[in-house]
Amino acid sequence: MADVRDIRFKEPMARTAEALGNSCSTDGELEELHGDKMVLNMGPSHPSTHGVLRIILELDGEIITKATPDVGYLHRGDEKIAENMTYTQFIPYTDRLDYLAPLANNVAYALAVEKLLGIDKQLPPRCQYIRVICCELARISSHLLGVGALAIDLGAMTVFLLTFTEREKIYNLCESLTGARFTTSYTRIGGLSRDLPPGWVEQCRKFLHEVVVNIDETETLLTRNRIFVDRTQSVGVISKEDAIDYGLTGPNFRGTGLDHDLRKTQPYLVYDELEFDVPVGTAGDSYDRYLLRIEEMRQSVKILHQCLDKLPGGPVNVPDMKIVLPPKDRVLTRMEELIHHFINVTQGVNAPLGEIYFGHENPKGELGFYIYSKGGGTPHRLKIRSPSFVNLSILSKLLPGHMVSDVVAILGSFDFVMGECDR
Amino acid sequence: MEQAKTIINARAEKTAELARRLKAKFADLISEPEEFRGEVSLKVADAERMPEVCQFAKRELGFDYLVDISSIDNYGDDPRFTIVYHLYGYGHLCYIRLKTEVGEEKAEMPTVTTVWRTADWHEREIYDMMGVRFRGHPDLRRILMWEGYPYFPLRKDFPLAGRPTELPDVAFTEPAPMAGGPFVTIAGGKDTIAREPRVRIPETDALQTNARLERRRDIKEAHGRAYGPGPIEPKK
Repeated sequence: MADVRDIRFKEPMARTAEALGNSCSTDGELEELHGDKMVLNMGPSHPSTHGVLRIILELDGEIITKATPDVGYLHRGDEKIAENMTYTQFIPYTDRLDYLAPLANNVAYALAVEKLLGIDKQLPPRCQYIRVICCELARISSHLLGVGALAIDLGAMTVFLLTFTEREKIYNLCESLTGARFTTSYTRIGGLSRDLPPGWVEQCRKFLHEVVVNIDETETLLTRNRIFVDRTQSVGVISKEDAIDYGLTGPNFRGTGLDHDLRKTQPYLVYDELEFDVPVGTAGDSYDRYLLRIEEMRQSVKILHQCLDKLPGGPVNVPDMKIVLPPKDRVLTRMEELIHHFINVTQGVNAPLGEIYFGHENPKGELGFYIYSKGGGTPHRLKIRSPSFVNLSILSKLLPGHMVSDVVAILGSFDFVMGECDR
Repeated sequence: MEQAKTIINARAEKTAELARRLKAKFADLISEPEEFRGEVSLKVADAERMPEVCQFAKRELGFDYLVDISSIDNYGDDPRFTIVYHLYGYGHLCYIRLKTEVGEEKAEMPTVTTVWRTADWHEREIYDMMGVRFRGHPDLRRILMWEGYPYFPLRKDFPLAGRPTELPDVAFTEPAPMAGGPFVTIAGGKDTIAREPRVRIPETDALQTNARLERRRDIKEAHGRAYGPGPIEPKK
């Protein structure tokens, strides 16, 4: 009977070293006992890969010795598509990047194009506040899913149902705001597709009061839950150096204890007028990343309350008919507006020559748009720097040394979206 | 508001100073800084020296975070490709953009994975999409497209509608490590019951595999490619 090997070292790297040492052993008897390493193909269709991530795991027993992530199963060529249409036409495609937080993508893209046009500082205050509301609602929605999915992957089904109940309310808010639940396409270059509908602010406030209760309940179920803590604490520990070296952003970056949030360091919209804290972790493990998301949701609620209180009146679009579409009644009655409308729709906004990069603090990390314009209505090159893509590149470094079951906890705590990763 | 303005001005000065220091170190290699919408771009004349410039920017100037590497196809111009690096420093919170050019015939430049590990996937993506190779990269494979895909889709001479290509036989780029083994289901075939490892007999396995290969060949003969508009009648 083969002997039962237990885990003698708690440190993941030491376990890998041990596993590697064993397989290279020249001892005939040992060889026979331990056998070959096994390759396990995880994904692309696996419930815990949250989409179509494929990881090729090389295992020694249950310990991972090598992990090769394989992405691209959801590649749709968004960057190529963007080169062949006007800036406004690309907005619906941004919904499909991080499809758990489409509003935030819409805002990020609109801000990037506005930076290229040089109008990002001239947006009307009401537009800026509504955009902040959009971003923070998207953040809550994304984090609720992240936490819920992590919990269900680790066996806590109730949490998933709780958080999805709240997400449903956010979708209802999105529906009355934009007309669509998922594919919001809410922003326009230079403004928004429409103003807030009547009664929306009250609905939103009601939601905020409810979501806080829900977050507390989630915490009651998870934060001190022995099973949950055991499975996430000291699992997937990322050091500060690695986080910077691998270009991690968002909660995965802040979980290591580093403090960087683009809303604070590169303030855009009206974030510098709002009061909120940026939570950071201490250990950089899966548990920290979970705690961080919970706290970020609370901060988002705080921001939302401030925005709803301060929400100014006035227009939501820049008063430049060469950038935003003129009001329909004027298009149908006046020559000038008709021409602007026609040019805007057929040729797009006339962008200057130049290149810009705009990084936006999305729920998953830094979503950046690099636009290289040769003038005219379409970009010559539009590069999307997606946080999920960059965050996943650390997996080949992070996974070795962990058990197969830890992969689920790590992937869940990374909270990535393949639509954004593969573009 | 005033405070925000002072911060922005201080950042702009700091960025300009960093750009000057980079220029002072490498002199003619680096062009004069260009500014657009508050962002500073520098051109590096020789792509071969990019790692050296990046190393200096990271070590001496504090650009510890490589935000992104992207590529531009200047189709019709020479050199054809521009590789764009976005650098950011967590210490001074300033961005800087480095650009360098690569010709079409060579389409190769040294990697910066030695400076920042995050460059790994960015460079793989550029290789996949633009066809620029990075010398010294630890694992330069396609990342979004599959291994063996013959085109570089983000090049300007690649049509938006795409080009027909042979798809790999199965979703995997190479045979699964334990394929054909006694405990592994066979992809394709009749139904899940027939493929179930516990009911399979090795001889029928081989027959099934041969039948599948033959069928694929038939489809290819009929349509000129291995995937087709629909199933065809097998040969009598």
